[in-house]
Amino acid sequence: MPEKKPSPPIEVQVSAADVSFGGWNLFERLALTLPAGQWTSLLGTSGVGKTTLLRLIAGLEPGRSEVQLHCADGQPLAGRAAYMAQQDLLLPWLSILANVMLGARLRGEVTGDTRARAMALLSAVGLEANAADIPAMLSGGMRQRAALARTLLEDRPVVLMDEPFSALDSITRIKLQELSARLLSGKTILLVTHDPMEALRLSHQIYVLAGRPAQLESAMQLSGNPVRDLHDQAVLQGQADLLQRLSDAEAALP
Amino acid sequence: MIMLRPLIIFAGLLLIWQVIVWVSGAPPFILPSPFRVGGALADQIDIILPHAGVTLAEILMGLIIGAILGSVSALTMAYFAPARRWLFPVLVISQAIPVFALAPILVLWLGYGIISKVAMATLIIYFPVTAAFFDGLRRTEPGYMDLARTMNASRWAILRQIRLPAALPAFASGLRVATAVAPIGAIVGEWVGSSQGLGFLMLHANGRMQIDVMFASLFILAIIAVTIYFIVDAGLRRLLSWQPESHPSND
Repeated sequence: MPEKKPSPPIEVQVSAADVSFGGWNLFERLALTLPAGQWTSLLGTSGVGKTTLLRLIAGLEPGRSEVQLHCADGQPLAGRAAYMAQQDLLLPWLSILANVMLGARLRGEVTGDTRARAMALLSAVGLEANAADIPAMLSGGMRQRAALARTLLEDRPVVLMDEPFSALDSITRIKLQELSARLLSGKTILLVTHDPMEALRLSHQIYVLAGRPAQLESAMQLSGNPVRDLHDQAVLQGQADLLQRLSDAEAALP
Repeated sequence: MIMLRPLIIFAGLLLIWQVIVWVSGAPPFILPSPFRVGGALADQIDIILPHAGVTLAEILMGLIIGAILGSVSALTMAYFAPARRWLFPVLVISQAIPVFALAPILVLWLGYGIISKVAMATLIIYFPVTAAFFDGLRRTEPGYMDLARTMNASRWAILRQIRLPAALPAFASGLRVATAVAPIGAIVGEWVGSSQGLGFLMLHANGRMQIDVMFASLFILAIIAVTIYFIVDAGLRRLLSWQPESHPSND
């Protein structure tokens, strides 16, 4: 893989005043710190507003400015965060290789180096043999691996992930979690998920978003580095605790 | 089998035609038999072919101009909100008035020549292309747009690399409809006023009770229409080979 210095990780502080969407008061004052180079998970039941919060951070809700972002290096976050969604969002008319290079293609910056790095990433996710295929020829897990390679090629210090593994079967999901933890190490990551197990395996810290309007609580700090083993005692114990917490929050809703 | 199927369909239609002639006992000046029409076709081919060439040219020019105008209109409406508000009602009005009603006026303004027929064909092609393409441009998967935005893509890059290819299947549907109806415009134009073309030839033959020549012209027109449709369809399929097809019959 041609030498290219990965961009240094940055810490991001997120703070928001009251955020309302469609007449609903979605969040009340929340503050969240994404430590540099670590995985932070945001856990919550469906419909609580996790995705909305992630989209606000990613700048995907134009015209809304309730969320303040502060990066430790004083630069804006815009243009430095990559985005990975639940759907792979591979363009069906492009080859896998072209899809991986989508960012560079859109910015008109494809060079021989881009191609070489894309091929290297494809082999890192085990898809070098599928570079010329179109997405329709690949399985769901392979497609999401291609999406991971596309995210990595952008080489942004911050990665925002919106339930990127939730559409996969459990075996594929576990493998992809391991692959992502390995390939994304050193990046500042915000992972939105509804799966406590996933949060526990991948995160350095876990937040729970619950209630209406939703409030953010720091739920857990985990020692050691991801990815954690499925049999890890902390994972198993934590899963029971988090599930209890989520179901209590659900029950407390009016 | 795939090569044979059109031949079988064709032979089947001829057979049904012949059976109707036998059963109804219709005189040749009402419904000539396929053999009579074949004979007329062979006798008059030197006269029919030049007329067919004119009609073919009208249809093709109408298709090209209509598709280009339709695409430009769809893009304009998609990208400029004022154009959408002002152009769309005009578009609907242009379709609410039947092209048949406009034909005499177009012939009056544009003359007996080929231009008024091309205008008719263009008019009839314009709407399906515009409506389908505009719809396609509006319905880009929002996830693609999110992704492109986080990749700092320019509007132009998003249009060229995401919205246009994503709208291509919709554009193809519009163009297929347009291709199927394109001959209507040309023929109606020729009926209203012309001195050449298959529509003219049919009226002329009708006036002289040469019903077999009428049918022969109709036959050539059908061949032209079907051929153009299949060429356009094949081209679009090639262009959209990435699009998976699923037929309800396989569910």
